[in-house]
Formats: sequence, C-alpha cells, structure tokens
Amino acid sequence: MSRLSIRGIEKTFPGRRRAAPTRALEPTDLEVRDNDFITILGPSGCGKSTLLRVVAGLETPTAGTVTLDGRPVTRPGPDRGMVFQSYTLFPWLSVRDNVCFGLRERGVPRAEQLAIADRYLAQVGLKGFENHQPSQLSGGMQQRTALARALANDPGVLLLDEPFGALDHQTRELMQELLLGIWEQHRKTVLFVTHDIDEAIFMASRVVVMSARPGRIKCDIAIDLPHPRSYKVKTSAAFAAYKERLTEEIRVETIKTLNMEA
Amino acid sequence: MDGLFAPLKPVPPGLRPVLGILCFVLFFLGWGIVTYGGFVQPLFLASPGETLLKGGELFVEYGFAGDVLVTVWRVFAGFALAALLAVPLGILMGAFKPVEAFFSGFVSFARYLPASAFIPLLILWAGVGELQKILVIFIGSVFQIVIMIAVIVGSVRTDLVEAAYTLGASRRGVVLRVLLPAAAPQMAESLRLVLGWAWTYVIVAELVGASAGIGHMIIEAQRFLDTGQMIFGIFIIGMIGLITDVLFQAANARLFPWAKGR
Repeated sequence: MSRLSIRGIEKTFPGRRRAAPTRALEPTDLEVRDNDFITILGPSGCGKSTLLRVVAGLETPTAGTVTLDGRPVTRPGPDRGMVFQSYTLFPWLSVRDNVCFGLRERGVPRAEQLAIADRYLAQVGLKGFENHQPSQLSGGMQQRTALARALANDPGVLLLDEPFGALDHQTRELMQELLLGIWEQHRKTVLFVTHDIDEAIFMASRVVVMSARPGRIKCDIAIDLPHPRSYKVKTSAAFAAYKERLTEEIRVETIKTLNMEA
Repeated sequence: MDGLFAPLKPVPPGLRPVLGILCFVLFFLGWGIVTYGGFVQPLFLASPGETLLKGGELFVEYGFAGDVLVTVWRVFAGFALAALLAVPLGILMGAFKPVEAFFSGFVSFARYLPASAFIPLLILWAGVGELQKILVIFIGSVFQIVIMIAVIVGSVRTDLVEAAYTLGASRRGVVLRVLLPAAAPQMAESLRLVLGWAWTYVIVAELVGASAGIGHMIIEAQRFLDTGQMIFGIFIIGMIGLITDVLFQAANARLFPWAKGR
C-alpha cells in the first residue's frame, strides 16, 4: 500500500486585480511508497513547490485529495516534517531549542526533548553548536539544524523544498551526501523538490519530472543506482545516462517556460 | 573626509560619540553667543548661565523636584495604562485579520484626534485632578500603540509561521511562541517611540488646570516673565527624555540580543 497518496490534486490561484487566475497545477497523481526518496524535478514556476505545500497542508488544493497512511491531509502537522528553501530557524532560540520546538509543542518532557535534540544535532554534524544562536551559523549549518528540527518529530514523510538552493555548490554537495546518509540509515519517506538535475539523480530512488506551467507530472523514472551511494557515483556511466535523459526532459520544459514569458 | 560621506557607510566607532557631543557643544555655543553677545534681550531668551542659576533656584527654593516627579509619574501612568490595553489589542489585530478588519478603520480615525483637543472634555468628565492628566496621555498614546503593534505582529515572516505549523504547533502555539517572540524587539522599539510622544502630551495637559508638574511651573514662570525658569523646565524634559530613551534602548538590547543589527 502507498504511504502517501496524491490523487487529482490541482491548484488554481485566483487572479488579482482583474488578472486571469493562474493555473499552477493540472490534476496530478502520485503514489509514494514507504521508504521512497522521490525528487521532484522541474523548471522554476512549474508548480513543484505548490505540490509540496499541498502535501504539507500549507496550501489548500482546488480539487483532489492527499492521504497519508489512509488519513486525508487537511492541515499542516508534525507527521509531515518540512525544510524550506529560506532559513526558517527561530532567531530567538538557540540551535538546541530550535530542534526542541516541535517536541515542546507536542508536550514531550524536557529531558526527553534535550536527548532527542542532541541526538539529531550530532547526526547532522552539529555537536558542539547546541548553544549557538542561528545568526552565528553559516547557511549550510542553519539548514542542517532545520533538517534536525524536522527529523526530531520523527515524521512519516519528510518534505524538502529546495533546502540547499541558497547554498554554494560545494556545501550543497556535502549536504546531499549528509541527507542521503541519513535516509540510508533511517529509511524515511522523502519528497524533495529541486531544479538541479545532479541533485535529483544522486539522492533519489525515483525522479519525478514536472512540465512547465501549468505543472503536471511528465515522467517518473526509477533511479537504479546501488546504495550506499558515495559522491563517486556522480561520475559513473549509469549516472551519466540518467543525466542525459533528464537533461533532455527538463530542457524542453525550460524552453517552454521561457517562451511563455516572452 | 571623502570616505566618511559615502551613503549608508557606517561611521567609525570612536567618532560616533564625538560627533554626538559636538552637536550639543555647538548648540550651547550658539545659545551663549546670541545671549552673552547681546544679540537678544534677556527678557526673551535667558543665557545658559542664567538658566542654570534659575534651575538651581527652582530645586532649592521652589521644590521643583516634586514637580518633576509628578510629571514623570503622570507620563508613566498614562503610558503604562495605554500599553496595557493597546499591546494585547494590537497583537490580536496583527494575528487575526477579522479583528484587524473590525478595529483598523476606527483606530486609524481615532489616531488622528489630537489628545489636547480632549482636554476640555476630560476636565468635564474627570475634573482637574491626576486622572484627567493621565487620561490625556492615555488618549494620546493608546491608538498609536495599537496601530504600530498590529503592523509589527502582522508582518512577522510567514515562513516562520509555516515552519511552526509543520512542526506541530497549534494556532495558540503560533501566536504565543512564534508571533510574540518574533515581534517583541520591534514592539519594544515602538513603545520607546510612543513614550517620547507621551512627554509632549503631558506638558499640554499641565498647561491647563494643574497645580503641580513641569508644565505648571512653566506657566507660572510665564506670569513672571522668567525665561530662565521656562527654558530650564523645557531643558529638564529633554534630559529626562534622553535618559529614559537610553535606558529603554539598553533594556531592549539586553532583552533581545538576537535582534541586534536588524
């Protein structure tokens, strides 16, 4: 059975000031199995973030349903942890208290909160930074903290909306390895939105390609690369073959997007 | 010299206090030149020395310390009363848009009513005692605080709110543990501003029907054409304002260290 089931989700944003309404998502179906690591790849403005936000419960779909373990999703909840592209650590809380935030909201006893927070902080390589303020951290460290914060709730599904998009290339590659390592260990179900083809292939068990706006799922490709994956897989022939195919798929859509804007 | 005047370029740390003090020095210098130089008659503008002398006289012979205390008490009582009502209302308006829709029109209207215009009415309602003075401050401050707090709370970053929801925060949790701490530094800053305005209302209130206070002293001094006393009274208000402002700023910096430099 599917863990997460997206059925007929469509989203139209109402037009403002007599402008025509914007159709962000065509009716979209996606079945996500337990332990899937799905990357959603698409040109910017294709509605991939909208789809993720609908799953998170932050956006209400115009039509369709999302169910998680058979229960319909109507609002955000700790069963779907999310990491955003923007830095969303609470600046008034220490790194540790940021990770404790969700646990505290759910009424977990303080001693247990601290134990869980420190465990996940160690896992994302931030041992020793527990008492730092977010403003003292680099972008990569902030996103690692945000990842630990989402993981601390032990969510059924982890939603990541271009979480490494604002980071420099080298940091970004290390973050991908870190996330992949965590997934290989915990086997979380992950939905990861990106527009970076290498990133999409490297971490995914399936890459879902979305078309230009209005977004719909254009193809769904299983990535059959062995685990554990190291960064070296990026130079393998199999990786290159996936990259060649996805580059073609994305290129067509990007050209469509450009022509739409022209 | 050329390097100092590039737009938005910070001033070297050592130079900052020097420039600030220089402004005061020039002010007193100019004042001294026009008075001691005989450019204006002493009747219209007392010299710095004369003002200081009159000030000493006021404290020693006329119990001016009592007047100062009375005025300070009125300002803080009226301001505290206004903040007590306006801060919670402003928070509700900022957080809940229907509350804002209900109040914002009326508050915007009331904000433009000059507090001094209420003095005759307030005398009718509350007499010429302490209550009337405090109510003038209250009316002058309360609507300003409401609007400012509402705007500040309403402009808290939505991605922080969304992050909190995905971590399992309830609506109540979002208000208490995201909106409030996120808005707190700016709320304190706006209170500091309004406290400054409250000082302008108290003197107006004390010019009419008062038997004590700095404003009352200034009116008395006018009867005797004692410009020294009048100027000293005004000067004292400025000094108290400066001191409370510095204390307020120091308290804000201490309470919200994470907000510095924003």
